[in-house]
Amino acid sequence: MNTLAVPPALEAEIDELISHYPQKRSASLMLLHALQEHFGWVSKEAVEWTARKLDLQPINIQELVTFYPMFRQTAAGRFQFKVCRTLSCALGGGHALHRQLCEKFGLDASKHGIQTTPDGRFSVEFVECLASCGTAPVMMVNEEFHQGVSPAKADEIVGGCR
Amino acid sequence: MPQEYRLILKRADEPGYTPDIDCYIRHGGYETLQRCLALTSRELPDGKKQSPQEQIRDEVLKSGLRGRGGAGFSAGLKWSFVDRKSGKPIYLICNADESEPGTFKDRQILHKDPHQLIEGMIIACFANDVKLAYIYIRGEMPEGARILNRSLRDARAKGFLGRNILGSGYDLEIHVHRGAGAYICGEETGLIESLEGKRAYPRIKPPYFPAVLGLYQCPTIVNNVETLAAVRHIMAMGAAEYAKLGTPNNTGTRIVSVSGHVKRPGYYEIEVGKATLGELIFHENFGGGLRDGRQLKAVIPGGSSAKVFKAGEKFKLRRKGADGQMVPVEVDLLDLPYDFDSLQQAGSMSGSGAIIVMDDSTDIVGALANLSEFYAHESCGQCTPCREGALWLSKALHRMTHGHARKQDPAYLLHIAQNIQGRTICAFGEAAAWPVLSFVKKFREEFEARGAADEARSATVPHSGGAGPTVERKLAASPRS
Repeated sequence: MNTLAVPPALEAEIDELISHYPQKRSASLMLLHALQEHFGWVSKEAVEWTARKLDLQPINIQELVTFYPMFRQTAAGRFQFKVCRTLSCALGGGHALHRQLCEKFGLDASKHGIQTTPDGRFSVEFVECLASCGTAPVMMVNEEFHQGVSPAKADEIVGGCR
Repeated sequence: MPQEYRLILKRADEPGYTPDIDCYIRHGGYETLQRCLALTSRELPDGKKQSPQEQIRDEVLKSGLRGRGGAGFSAGLKWSFVDRKSGKPIYLICNADESEPGTFKDRQILHKDPHQLIEGMIIACFANDVKLAYIYIRGEMPEGARILNRSLRDARAKGFLGRNILGSGYDLEIHVHRGAGAYICGEETGLIESLEGKRAYPRIKPPYFPAVLGLYQCPTIVNNVETLAAVRHIMAMGAAEYAKLGTPNNTGTRIVSVSGHVKRPGYYEIEVGKATLGELIFHENFGGGLRDGRQLKAVIPGGSSAKVFKAGEKFKLRRKGADGQMVPVEVDLLDLPYDFDSLQQAGSMSGSGAIIVMDDSTDIVGALANLSEFYAHESCGQCTPCREGALWLSKALHRMTHGHARKQDPAYLLHIAQNIQGRTICAFGEAAAWPVLSFVKKFREEFEARGAADEARSATVPHSGGAGPTVERKLAASPRS
């Protein structure tokens, strides 16, 4: 049984997105973005809802959720820190930034993959190149992009997460 | 004195210049589009008629513009391959999936001067009879997607997009499509699959050349952001003037991203080939040199997939001699002109125009481990050599950077990399293999030294070593401690 409660405004936005494409299936990534933005992650119900909306089988959507790194199959923290891991940021202090955040939140900097604090407030993870290598180290906090993140700036950004 | 030549980024950083449509129009924006739409058929000297669309395509071909995304292929030729007789719609996709490590040029255009891209795109669409086009922007640029959506809405409101554009009878719609964090979507056939709502598995060529069988199996053009922005300038100034910029076969301007161990990392727009690699790293107008007291160790000249250069390398380039014959000339690494052809002749590539500088504080094995982890993460998993090989490389390099290197590792890494390149559907195989092949070949002594040191250290520790796992509970000391 599908229990996903999609508000009418969101469904209208989704219908508009579908109209951008001559073939419905093309809208699947945009729909998953819209649902993840609203619900915080992509649940099994969201996968089934999307598939029905686009006249597809759930596997057609599930295989996207497992392929594209931005989609989450579990809830993450309210503030999601994505620190760039790739070379230019690594040369410019990306690992130190990742370590600083992990220590601040009581997470294990040597652990692979996303980690979330027990209270569900913060997530930290390494991501691949965020395309701002000239202002290393860089990170995203939810949709907000931060560059040249010095230790002091990182503290300030964390302090602003309320 | 080498300096920037700002054409595409001319206004981007001017105080008071904003990305909204009114500011763009105040600075002459969309005038070029109006001129292009008002073109009429003309007769060529040989009596043939040339339509307005053909005239624009001809200009872009004559301008010598080469794709700014990575491959450096002639944009005009790419357009000329489009199957215009199939009866199917023709699509154009702007590749804004900027994700080659080291590259941050398209971000500047998208965020600071988006209408320039949109105007270039409308002109390109008009020239190729495209009625529906997409901007595929990477998922990690939500702000860029918002700016583009707003810009498209404003362009629509002013009549530059939609039905009957500026009364010309030409209809065009452009939509923004967001990726979701997969590097492989920058590969044009992977991008097309992704835009069709599937996993971004690149398609095999032949038969799936986008110009013939692209989006929805229709003829499709995929051009990079900077390439489409350049189209606007080519049509504004004329192909002949544009071709005067840069150097022969490497025309126009190019935005170079400089990052890593330099004093002034940033984006610098140059006439292609009018600045050398050394100037881009050391000159005060560009990278501004290394941090104090440091020496240059390595340079990746064209995004992380490009083969690395070692400080002090010399190359034999073919140059036109006094008698017009091509003669080999020895050129120092830092004197390489930053253009498509010179870097290719030197065994690497200018790729996406991204220079990553490493000084002598860099652990070369660690730098390669960092890159290999990227490729292991980003392999789409379609072809076995790449899916497995990229992961093996990353695992081996992880081991080597965690105290367990072996003397035979350089040969092992080369063996794996050689079995990836040339054995995959798309160029990702090469992209994963080339950093390994070049790093290991050029810095072999560092890889060997790492293996020798770790083996010597572990030899002093009693453990079962190569004889397999032990079942004894009481080990004197584990090799890790």
